[in-house]
Amino acid sequence: MRTANPRTVVIWTLVALVGAAGWTVLALSRGEEVSAAWMVAAALGSYAIAYRFYAKFIAYKVLKVDRTRATPAERLNNGIDFHPTDRRVLLGHHFAAIAGAGPLVGPVLAAQMGYLPGTIWIIVGVIFAGAVQDMVVLFFSTRRDGRSLGQMAREEIGPFGGAAALVATFVIMIILLGVLALVIVNALAQSPWGTFSIAMTIPIALLMGFYLRVLRPGRVSEVSVIGVALLLLALVAGRWVAESSWADTFTLAPSTLVVWMVAYGFIASILPVWMLLAPRDYLSTFMKIGTIFLLALGVIVALPTLKMDPVTDFASRGDGPVFAGSLFPFVFITIACGALSGFHALISSGTTPKMIQKETQVRMIGYGSMLMESSVAVMALVAASIIDPGLYFAMNAPAGVIGDTVQNASQVVGSWGYQISPEALARAAENVEEASLLSRTGGAPTLAIGVSEIFSQVTGGGLRAFWYHFAIMFEALFILTALDAGTRVGRFMLQDMLGNVYRPFKNVSWKPGLAITSAIVCGLWGYFLWVGVHEPLGGINQLFPIFGISNQLLAAVALAVCTTLLVKSGRLKWAWITGVPLVWDATVTLTASWQKVFSSDPKVGFFKQRQVFQDAIDRGEVLPPAKSMDDMHTVVTNSTVDGVLTAALAILIVVVIADATRVCVRHIRRPALSTLSEAPYVESKIIAPAGLIPTKEEKEEERDALASARTP
Amino acid sequence: MRSLRRVLRSVRWYLRELTDESAYDRYVAHVRQGHPDARVPSRRDFERMRTDRQETDPRQGFRCC
Repeated sequence: MRTANPRTVVIWTLVALVGAAGWTVLALSRGEEVSAAWMVAAALGSYAIAYRFYAKFIAYKVLKVDRTRATPAERLNNGIDFHPTDRRVLLGHHFAAIAGAGPLVGPVLAAQMGYLPGTIWIIVGVIFAGAVQDMVVLFFSTRRDGRSLGQMAREEIGPFGGAAALVATFVIMIILLGVLALVIVNALAQSPWGTFSIAMTIPIALLMGFYLRVLRPGRVSEVSVIGVALLLLALVAGRWVAESSWADTFTLAPSTLVVWMVAYGFIASILPVWMLLAPRDYLSTFMKIGTIFLLALGVIVALPTLKMDPVTDFASRGDGPVFAGSLFPFVFITIACGALSGFHALISSGTTPKMIQKETQVRMIGYGSMLMESSVAVMALVAASIIDPGLYFAMNAPAGVIGDTVQNASQVVGSWGYQISPEALARAAENVEEASLLSRTGGAPTLAIGVSEIFSQVTGGGLRAFWYHFAIMFEALFILTALDAGTRVGRFMLQDMLGNVYRPFKNVSWKPGLAITSAIVCGLWGYFLWVGVHEPLGGINQLFPIFGISNQLLAAVALAVCTTLLVKSGRLKWAWITGVPLVWDATVTLTASWQKVFSSDPKVGFFKQRQVFQDAIDRGEVLPPAKSMDDMHTVVTNSTVDGVLTAALAILIVVVIADATRVCVRHIRRPALSTLSEAPYVESKIIAPAGLIPTKEEKEEERDALASARTP
Repeated sequence: MRSLRRVLRSVRWYLRELTDESAYDRYVAHVRQGHPDARVPSRRDFERMRTDRQETDPRQGFRCC
């Protein structure tokens, strides 16, 4: 038996104590204000232990990663997309690819239930579900030459389950794009500063694209420096514009922004990649990594105190203004990407497996990146919990509930038990140079307020407005990039599907097909965006749960594929590693879908809502928050669409899970019937460490290899 | 002084790798290794080919929500 050395035991005991202290203070505090330091301690302590013990156990005992087996990057190296990449570089690539708006927005909305439920799910969820999913998908895709999740579903589960997974992915993509666009519209509406700086990103990206294509191809670093400098200039200039006579030109109503957004999505997605998408991608990646780094630094330096309650009354009553429904299941679907995200499976299969040097690195890349993503979610939760709860609710409740004056909002929020004076609400908006902060739903503005609070504690209050708009710009930048890239991916799927009906669609460079499918995809997410903006009941309130459900359903597909693969590859004993998260995820998400479809509470159930409003229409009544008969009809139509969509998604996923179960059961009964499409073993010639810091043995191995390479 | 230079060099290496600025050098090295006298595309042509590949399969380099 291996014995641990005393130093290791002492270090890990200390780490455990730090984590435990954090959890204890968070859990036991009642009534007094808690420092965010405890949340950071609980998170980092738990991550360290999970990474050291659980992730290592999965990698070596369950997956049995083989350091002598060549990865696709080594075997199929073509110097372009297949190439062995240094693990530290790949960690950066993978993290930049999985981190996005999801982990920033979800936790902010979930703060309505208090900071404690969110914190627990972000940390526990990532350790046992999210990071496990990312690592296991990465491992299996690496063993299959970097096959995508859809291909693995088709090959390992069957054509039926595979097709259901494909359709579900497409629908989920559309909802994702609609909701992300809605977040941005809510952040930019009536804000000339924000709108101007975001509009300026388009000429900046075009300039960068031209530079990279024509002037100096491939010089990414220098063009990125130029781009970021121009971006900051645009941000500063936003204030001048907002104070000048141009302000009116950039003060746009939500419905105008919708039109711009859809037009942008369509045009950007049919332009060549080099013009807008590629340069935007560089910009948003730089801003993303930079801001996340700054935010982590800010939280650690400022260590702000949490003002939100640990658990609010909305958690049990289920009548919260931000999203309806009680803690179970709705916290789990709202947090989305920070704890468990189906979208990560699309990155962990496909792109990253083609670049990984060694199978042993799946722990660092897959599990490690997801822990980093989770810490981003924790920071977002901190940012939402340090602002005055009264302001939080005034910003996140729909206008139909709190009205559009500070007096009214103060009164309504006060009736929920959170006191904030009308003057304080007006001052908060003034501080960040916005006309109003009421009902700025979607999470981005709230996060921006939290970020500006943290940063101005470090830099002084004078820069508060600048930091607010910096945070808005940072989110808008990569959401707009996601709209462009997502439309392309959606179009690609649609071309593939339509290609089965009318052959030319399959040819991805057939121009009419390109334009038609792009228009369809933009039309579809544009519909949800339009609906979200004009929804009398509040767009985020209605649509965000569908987004959360769909993201978690995609995770269910990924976990079902993982579990099937564990069973089929002779790891039945360990199938619970992804099986338990699958059961939990399916339970949570299908319960949420069930409640959204069948609940008799009109705030939660779409069809009940439809019925209540339809009955009122029949009686000729107008129910608040609707203001007119037109609003009433809008509510009825939207509730019907939302309800049908939720039900359809749930059915698709049940089909995938049922098909996967069938395959697993068949394998257990008659293993001879199943086939496993794993790439054959080839011995690896690369020598590379498994973790971030090489162990003593790994260093020796590397030295030996160098020495033997020198002596012929 | 020497260690500072080393740190700067590794920072530069990391940034070039992370931004994929080093893609061309890597590709040239790869081609040369397999076929020492094969014709290597110019950097301009190589970068064009790379973005065109993303054009035909947008799932390459797709980023998440």
